[in-house]
Amino acid sequence: MRNDLRSRNHRCFWAFLVHRVSGVALSVFLPLHFWVLGQALEGAGRLESFLRWTDHPLVKLSEIGLVLLLAAHLSGGLRLLLLEFRPWPAAPRWQQGALALTAGVSAAFGLLFALNVL
Amino acid sequence: MDLLRVKIWRGGESGGFATYDVPRQGDQTVLDVVTYIQRQLEPSLAYRFACRVGMCGSCAMTVNGVARWTCRTHVAKVEIDGGLEIAPLRNLPVIKDLVADMREFFGKWKKARGHFVATATRRDEFARISPETPQRKAADAAIECIGCGVCYASCDTVSWNPEYLGPAALNRAWTLFNDVRDGARAERLQDVAGDAGCQGCHTHLSCGERCPKRLQPTAAIAGLKRATALAAMRGKL
Ligand code: SF4
Ligand code: SF4
Ligand code: FES
Repeated sequence: MRNDLRSRNHRCFWAFLVHRVSGVALSVFLPLHFWVLGQALEGAGRLESFLRWTDHPLVKLSEIGLVLLLAAHLSGGLRLLLLEFRPWPAAPRWQQGALALTAGVSAAFGLLFALNVL
Repeated sequence: MDLLRVKIWRGGESGGFATYDVPRQGDQTVLDVVTYIQRQLEPSLAYRFACRVGMCGSCAMTVNGVARWTCRTHVAKVEIDGGLEIAPLRNLPVIKDLVADMREFFGKWKKARGHFVATATRRDEFARISPETPQRKAADAAIECIGCGVCYASCDTVSWNPEYLGPAALNRAWTLFNDVRDGARAERLQDVAGDAGCQGCHTHLSCGERCPKRLQPTAAIAGLKRATALAAMRGKL
């Protein structure tokens, strides 16, 4: 028998989930991103019309989401590196701090970007 | 009388929950509840315990979805609206009712070379190990494991990869890796390297979250990852 959400419902598992989901979402987005950049090589006109499309508020919103994803994945990665490479003693509470930092940093990035965009 | 509604797993792998009413008492533990049911209501109920004081590691069960040592878990801490759901540990075959088959669990300790390999004889001097050395500190931080299987039952990597040695066995290997008196430290490192070993861990930290002894197998596993990587770079793996 396997575990259900009741067993998985703890801070560190959510951190793992955010890292995994943001990673998958980014790997879906990145090819798209490069495709758009590729448009620029093919002709200024097509890029121009695409850039106009990105003025759309919904697109703006998803861009903010994207930066949030990037920030979450980046800081989640830093958290992992800390966990893997810094020898830690028994029952530390510092990894919860690392978790908070992760959330904080990604929120900060998201906000910064949102302020710039809007 | 104040009653607890207790759902208990009956049967083997394909069983179901049966419900019992158990009188509530102050400072009642989950193990008290199971014992009451077995003594008063359902003599055929199978479950395991021995010490009742958190030393032997035999009483672990899944309580309201979370793996716990039942002898030191107070009902008041885990009941939800006067209800308890008690099932055998996850990630292990069920023998009967609340009794999980622990053979895989302890078999993996063996695979991880979880035993001390002596190098000295009784005629040798006592080994002098300073408690201040980093190695001894690392071993001490991980040594208090009671082999309850709570971490193993909580680990998703164990569910995903049945070959994965699991947090307890790897934690044990780490204590021995840091024991300078042990004679098989290089071999043990080979035993715990790879996808079924320390590199398989996804760093969910479910093990440390649930361990009743508040150990952090993830820290031990991270140590093993560093040690195996170092050994591989030196061509010793
Ligand atoms: S940290 Fe590793 S050993 Fe612990 S629960 Fe997660 S995958 Fe399992
Ligand atoms: S590491 Fe903790 S949870 Fe795992 S077997 Fe040992 S005492 Fe139990
Ligand atoms: S009965 Fe021994 S640890 Fe619970």
